[in-house]
Amino acid sequence: MARSKRDVPEINAGSMADIAFLLLIFFLVTTTMDVDSGISAKLPPIMDQNVPPPPPARKRNLFEVLVNSNDQLLVEGDYAEIEDLRRLTRDFLDNNGKGTCDYCQGKKDPSSSDSPQKAIISLQNDRRTSYKMYVAVQNELVAAINELRNDLSERRFGSSYEELTKDQKKEIAADYPQKISEAEPLNL
Amino acid sequence: MGKFKKSSGGGTPAISTASLPDIVFMLLFFFMVTTVMREVTLLVENNKPFATEIKKLEKKSLVTYLYVGKPKKKFQSVVGTEPRIQLNDSFARLQEIKPFIIEERTAINEAERPLMTVSIKADENVRMGLVGDIKQELRKAEALKINYSTKKGEVFDR
Repeated sequence: MARSKRDVPEINAGSMADIAFLLLIFFLVTTTMDVDSGISAKLPPIMDQNVPPPPPARKRNLFEVLVNSNDQLLVEGDYAEIEDLRRLTRDFLDNNGKGTCDYCQGKKDPSSSDSPQKAIISLQNDRRTSYKMYVAVQNELVAAINELRNDLSERRFGSSYEELTKDQKKEIAADYPQKISEAEPLNL
Repeated sequence: MGKFKKSSGGGTPAISTASLPDIVFMLLFFFMVTTVMREVTLLVENNKPFATEIKKLEKKSLVTYLYVGKPKKKFQSVVGTEPRIQLNDSFARLQEIKPFIIEERTAINEAERPLMTVSIKADENVRMGLVGDIKQELRKAEALKINYSTKKGEVFDR
C-alpha cells in the first residue's frame, strides 16, 4: 500500500492570526461591556375614578422629602443635606413610636413614625429638579432601608441580607417594607 | 576548535508565530463571552448618574429600554437641544410610549409578562418634569416595574 503513504500537502496557517484578529476587532466594535444595573422601583397603578381614595396616613407616619428646582432638600420641614438623608431616614423608619416593634432600636419619639410597617416615605420633586439629584435621593432612601434590613438580619440570622435564603429574606423585607410614595412633580 | 560553527549571518532566529492565532482566539472568545451586542445606536447623550444601591437586571429578554437625553450634536439642527425620548432607533413623542410598551409586551411569552421591566436610561442633566411625564405614561401602559439605570459609584462626589 504505497498509496496511503503519499504526503498530504500542508495547509498554510499563517493567515489564521489575521482572520482571528479581524473577528476580534469586529466584536470589539459592535459590542458593549456595560452590564445593565440600576435602582429598581415600582410605580403605583392608576387610580380608578370610582373608587374612593384610601384615608390619608397620619402626619407622624409620613416622612416628607421635598426636592426643589435648585436641587435643595427639605426633609420634614427642615433644610437638609443629601449626606444626612440616610441617617434621617433610618431614624424615622426605626423610630417605633408605639413600642409594638420589638426588633426596632429607635428613640420611640411620639412625634415620629409608629412602626416600620406604618411608616411611609413621601417623595416630591419639582419639574425642574435634575435627574441626578433625584437618583441620589432615591439611592439614599433605598440605602437606609437596606441598612436597616442588613442590621436586622445580622442580629437575627448572623449573616448579611444578601446571603439569606428566600424565606428569610421575605421575613426581613416584611419587617422593614420599602414604602416610598411619589407625588406628581410640580412647581415648588 | 572547529566544533561550534558560527551560524551564518549572525541574525537572531525567527520567533515562531504558530501560537499567535491561539492567543488571538483566546482574546476573541473572552470578548464574545463578556460583552453584549449593542442593540441601538444612541441618538441622545447618555451620561448616567451614579448610585450605590443597584440591582442587576436579570433577564435581558424581559427588559425594554427607554433612552432620555439631549440629542447628540449632529441631530441638534433637526430636533433642537431640548431633552428627547428615544425608542429603538428613532426619536419619539411622549404619546408614542404607550403603544411602544404594549407592542413590546405582546412580544414576550405570556407567562413572563408580569416580570417585564422598563429600564429608564436617562442622562443626569435631564429635568424631572420629563421623567415624571414618562412615568405617568408608563403607568397608563401598566408597565409598573421600572429601573432607573445608573452607574455604580458614590453619590456625593460633587
